[in-house]
Formats: sequence, structure tokens, C-alpha cells
Amino acid sequence: MTIETSDPVLVQPGVPLLEVEDLHVEFHTRDGVAKAVNGVSYKVHPGETLAVLGESGSGKSVTAQAVMGILDMPPARIPRGAIKFQGRDLLKMSNEERRKLRGQRMAMIFQDSLSALNPVYSVGFQLGEMFRVHRGMSRKDAKAKAVELMDLVKIPAARTRVNDYPHQFSGGMRQRIMIAMALALEPDLIIADEPTTALDVTVQAQVMGLLAELQREFHMGLILITHDLGVVADVADNIVVMYAGRIVERAPVHAIYRQPGHPYTKGLLASIPRLDLKGQDLYAIKGLPPNLMRIPSGCAFNPRCPYARDVCTTELPAAVPLGTGRESACHFAQAVLEGEVAADVH
Amino acid sequence: MSTEPVLRVENLVKHFPLTRGVLIQKKIGAVRAVDGVSFDLQPGETLGLVGESGCGKSTVAKLLMNLERVSAGRIVFKGQDITHASGSALKAVRRNIQMVFQDPYTSLNPRMTVGDIIGEPYDIHPEVAPKGDRRKKVQDLLDVVGLNPEHINRYPHQFSGGQRQRIGIARGLALNPEVIICDEPVSALDVSVQAQVINLMERLQGEFGLSYIFIAHDLSVVRHISDRVAVMYLGKIVEVGTEDQIYEHPTHPYTQALLSAVPVPDPEGRETRERIILTGDVPSPANPPSGCRFRTRCWKAQDICAKEEPLLEVRAGLGDTAHASACHFAEVMEIVHTTN
Ligand SMILES: Nc1ncnc2c1ncn2[C@@H]1O[C@H](COP(=O)(O)OP(=O)(O)OP(=O)(O)O)[C@@H](O)[C@H]1O
Ligand SMILES: Nc1ncnc2c1ncn2[C@@H]1O[C@H](COP(=O)(O)OP(=O)(O)OP(=O)(O)O)[C@@H](O)[C@H]1O
Ligand SMILES: [Mg+2]
Ligand SMILES: [Mg+2]
Repeated sequence: MTIETSDPVLVQPGVPLLEVEDLHVEFHTRDGVAKAVNGVSYKVHPGETLAVLGESGSGKSVTAQAVMGILDMPPARIPRGAIKFQGRDLLKMSNEERRKLRGQRMAMIFQDSLSALNPVYSVGFQLGEMFRVHRGMSRKDAKAKAVELMDLVKIPAARTRVNDYPHQFSGGMRQRIMIAMALALEPDLIIADEPTTALDVTVQAQVMGLLAELQREFHMGLILITHDLGVVADVADNIVVMYAGRIVERAPVHAIYRQPGHPYTKGLLASIPRLDLKGQDLYAIKGLPPNLMRIPSGCAFNPRCPYARDVCTTELPAAVPLGTGRESACHFAQAVLEGEVAADVH
Repeated sequence: MSTEPVLRVENLVKHFPLTRGVLIQKKIGAVRAVDGVSFDLQPGETLGLVGESGCGKSTVAKLLMNLERVSAGRIVFKGQDITHASGSALKAVRRNIQMVFQDPYTSLNPRMTVGDIIGEPYDIHPEVAPKGDRRKKVQDLLDVVGLNPEHINRYPHQFSGGQRQRIGIARGLALNPEVIICDEPVSALDVSVQAQVINLMERLQGEFGLSYIFIAHDLSVVRHISDRVAVMYLGKIVEVGTEDQIYEHPTHPYTQALLSAVPVPDPEGRETRERIILTGDVPSPANPPSGCRFRTRCWKAQDICAKEEPLLEVRAGLGDTAHASACHFAEVMEIVHTTN
């Protein structure tokens, strides 16, 4: 079947836009098998912003790439799981069907803006291509659309710069061009992987505002992967926190900042440098991130956790419910939530 | 400041030609990426460089590294003019001034192992690490930046974005340089790793007396690490002062807008938070406004702002926190309320 972007029937109220269920992703390398994603489940509803937080290397981008269907397989393998988009399992679709969804109904803003843009084509050509390929527009109309999009994301003098090549733009501008490209066809779901990392705060505020506006207007779902806890506090509805390829905590945005329910989240929040606080050393979670070929038994966070006891090294903690829409995968979730301060967390 | 600066930059200018046409390229103007930037960097000091995307921060960094040719101006390293250094002089400069790049993806060669990438500077400067010591040195560096030393034989694509950024930092540290120019070194890192890297950079600074130029868009990070901060707008520095002067007593409207736009890591009251929202488009650096470049977006702008370019200087009547600010109407406005 062909999927029309203008067909609203597929979007049923109440049905999540996206449902990731028990997703596993592993990489087969010369040195062994790296288990990057180990049973991730989350839902995104139309109009919702879900923020994905987590340590560098915890599998945020790999999960997103699996959803988009852009993982290189091999070396990647998806031994288990389902990814349902508007109720249909993407993992059971043909490559052709998935390609049609990409760009039209779901789009991704990549973490690495320079390598995602093709260095040998002008940015105007690359933006216009979206409209030529998916909308059958003429070259001239597509170029005009490209200028419009560049204006939308606040590239100064878009008309004169539309023929410039990626390397001629600053890091932040390239990032905005990537954002324009993702928004071009007004998709139902946008996955934004560190969309504002390269942006300064004023442009960041504009870009996030733009995403929020489009989201309201088109009821778009947004998965926001970011390390910027300020941005998350500003725009997210719900949050999932990842560690070693698992979701260790999920909660509505207000709840988690007020009272984190997992020791990793607690450490993360304690590490934020604040504009209004002058300190000495910043708090940092001790130890190294886990080696994904040898994930510690029990709770993967146990070697770094100030709350860890014997049980944490032997038993994988199940998700403990902590009130509406909240859960934490920690044996001592309740104690963490109630703020019983362990040795080195403040 | 009586000591000799490690680095002195005088009136640095970089214009990129704007061309039209494919076969016969016609110059139709210039992007004035950097347009008269001056500053000193003292030994052991960290100078933060902040400003809007596209204002010329990375270009300043590339000029200092000799990766782009200056259009005008001078760069002096410990009293020696290195603006046009080449050959062995350039090699010496490169050893002493290292850079950690903004983009962890494209700055690492995908066909080299991490060990080769971090150890590559030793090929050019074997005196720092004799062949036999190298593997050990590289593993120490991996450890220092929080990566697993066992991963020395892996390739960049096998690492996440944040891990790759740490590889870049390890490489920047390899030659024990005197100055490190960091272009958004921690923006791809999660806050805990970011804290580790910043603590590490501060420790190394104390140990080796390193000087940093620290470019970042995260103003909280910049405040944490910097002794002095320079704020850039469209190719020029508009305000410069100590960390305290800039954050507690900003006098340039652009700095004030920047500080007020910083997202607060606390969702309480997010609907009602007051921010200075700049209106108007960012002007093109190919065609900057006359007079003050910020005037097209400034709520204080008067006729004089279009006619006369405000100089970056200390203005009278600003009390004991006075510092250089390029605004005709420079005036302290409290944005950040520090709690210590
Ligand atoms: N091709 C690959 N081969 C082997 N390991 C890989 C490969 N691609 C990714 N990985 C590993 O998978 C893990 C998860 O990577 P991912 O990019 O999802 O991290 P992330 O959470 O997005 O981190 P960051 O915040 O740093 O971007 C990492 O430890 C990475 O080293
Ligand atoms: N090779 C080039 N050719 C033409 N213009 C360029 C080139 N490199 C940079 N520019 C332009 O110079 C200006 C300054 O770019 P620069 O990369 O220094 O900005 P930046 O302050 O580092 O921004 P960001 O925060 O987005 O990284 C931008 O307008 C950019 O488009
Ligand atoms: Mg990532
Ligand atoms: Mg830059």
C-alpha cells in the first residue's frame, strides 16, 4: 500500500503514535557482541514531547536509529522487540514501505549535522530535493521552498546563501538546516537527536519554540534526545532516563526534577552546572561507563552507585511503580525517592 | 596584569569571499566572519568566548590555529609574531597551541583506530613520547578522559557521540601544550561526563599551568570554568570582563539577552518565566548594520546607534564593576541572581 501524508485516518485518537516494545539491539564486532539496547519500551502520543536522557553511550541514538530504520545491519542486529508506528510494526515492513514513511511521516534531526549533509551539494539543492522527490515539484519551486525553510530556521540572508555548501556555514547554521530538512514535509513524528547542541541559547530558544509551535499546529509527536537538562525542563512532557541500554526511570517532567527516583538520575541532576551557583568542583558520578560487552550482572549501575548493596550485584531490578506515570528500576527506588541521602550524593 | 600574555590577538579580521557562478566565479561580496577582534590570554587563565551561532567564534579559533589565513591583524604567542608562521616555526606553534574541535564526528579520521588518532601527534613530535612509551601514554590519556583503555584498537564509529568528543580531548592533551583552544568541547557530553571533563580540565590547568580559550554556548559551563569572558556578536567582541562582571553586572543589551535566554534546569514555573526575547532577524555578516551591529535587534537603540559605532571601552559612571562594553547606553542590569 502507499501511504499519503495527507491521510489523517491512520492517526487514531488514543492510539500512541509510536510504541517501542522490549527493543534489543546488539552490534557484532571483532571483539565480541556489544549489547547497546537491552529491552527498551516507550510510547509517544500525538502532540507529546518525550525527552530521552541518559549517559553518553547508553543507547539513546541507537534506539532512535532503530526506530527510523537506519541502522547498518550488520553489524547491528535486532534480536527482539517491536516498533509500532500508528499501530503497525515497522520491523515487519518491507524496506520500500519504511523508506516511504521516512521523511514523510517520521523524520530525524541528527546529532552530527556536518556528516548528515552531503558536502558536494549546495544546501539549497538538498533542501529542495525533499520537495522534488516527495512532492514532485519543479526545480524552481523546490528552490523557492528551500529559501522559505531557511528563513523559517533563521538563516540570515537565505536567498543569497541558498547555493552555498555545508562547509560554508557555521556549526549552528548547519544544525538549523538539518532541522529545516526534517520539518520540510510536516511529519507526524520527529526524532531530534541533540538538535540544539551546536546552538547558542538565543537560537536554541527560537528553534525549540519553532518545534513547539509546529507540534501544536500539526499535533506532531517529538522525541527529544538531549543532554541539556535546561531544555528538557522547558519543553518536555515526559522523560525516560537510559543507562546501559535500559530505561532506568520514567516520569512526568515536573516529578523527576523535584524528586528523582533512581540513583543515576539523582547523580545526573546533581552534576548540572548552574548559572546562578558558583561552586568549586562540579559533582560527577564516579567511575566509568559500563563496557557493553561485559555489562555488570544485577543492576548495571551497581559499581558506581552509592546505594548499592549485595542484591544489586545479583538481581536485575524490576521497574518499581512510584505514583502516576512513574517508575524506577532500582531495588531501593522508594528510599532514593524519599531522599535518603547515600554517602556521596548531595 | 603585569605578566606577559601567552597569547595576544590584535585586530584580527577574517573575510570569506562570497562568489557567484559555477565555472567563472565572480566575487560579489564578503562574509565578515571576524571583524576586528583583540584580546590577551594570560598564562594559566581561561578566557570564555560566547556568542550567537555564526558570530565568528570557530573562525577565531581556526585563525589562532593557523588553519585559516588571516585577512588582517596580528597573533602573538609569547612575544613572537606567529600570524604568518610556516615551516618549523609553525610546527613549534602547533605543539604549543592545540585545539579540541566542535564536531566530534568529522574531526576524527574514520579509518584510524582510536590509539592511532590520539597518538598521531607523537609522529610529528616524537620527542614527547618515544616509540616504546606510546601505547602506555595513549592508554593513560584514554583513562584520563574517562574512556576504557582496553578500547585502544577500536574505530571512531564504534563510539557514541560523547565518547568521540572525549577522544578529541585526549588527542588535544597528548603533546602537553601551553594553550588549548576548546571549541564546544563538552556540548555533546552528558552533564555528569561534562562535569568530569571540566573538573579534569581544571585539574590539568592547575598542574601544568595551561591556558584555555573556551568556546561554548552553555553559559553556565562557561561561567564555571572561565576567569574572564568575552561576548561576541557578528564578528566583534561587544563586552569583555571577569566572570563576575559579565554574569553579575552585564552592561551590553546583547549579553543581557543571552543570559536571560539560558534555560533553567527546573520545570517549575516554566510557563511564566520572564525572558528577553530578541526580535528581528540575525543580520547577515555579509552586510552588517551600520554603527552598532546589534541595533537592529536592540530595545534601546536610538539614532546615534545607526550613525556611530560604539567602541569597546570602559565607560564612566558604571561604578567599581565597570568593564569594557561596546554600547552607547551601557548600563548594568541584573539578570542572574547568584546564590553561591
Ligand atoms: N557500529 C557499532 N559498533 C559497535 N558498537 C557500537 C556501534 N554503534 C554504536 N555502538 C555502541 O553502542 C552504544 C550506544 O551508542 P549510542 O550512539 O546509542 O549512544 P548515545 O546514548 O546516543 O550516546 P551519546 O549521548 O554520546 O550520543 C555505545 O556504547 C557505542 O559505543
Ligand atoms: N569557509 C567559509 N566560507 C564562507 N563562509 C564561512 C566559512 N566558514 C565560516 N563562514 C561564515 O563565517 C561566519 C562565522 O562562522 P563560525 O563558524 O566562525 O561561527 P561560530 O561563531 O563558530 O558559530 P557556531 O556557534 O554556530 O559554531 C558564518 O556566517 C559562517 O557562515
Ligand atoms: Mg547519541
Ligand atoms: Mg562554531
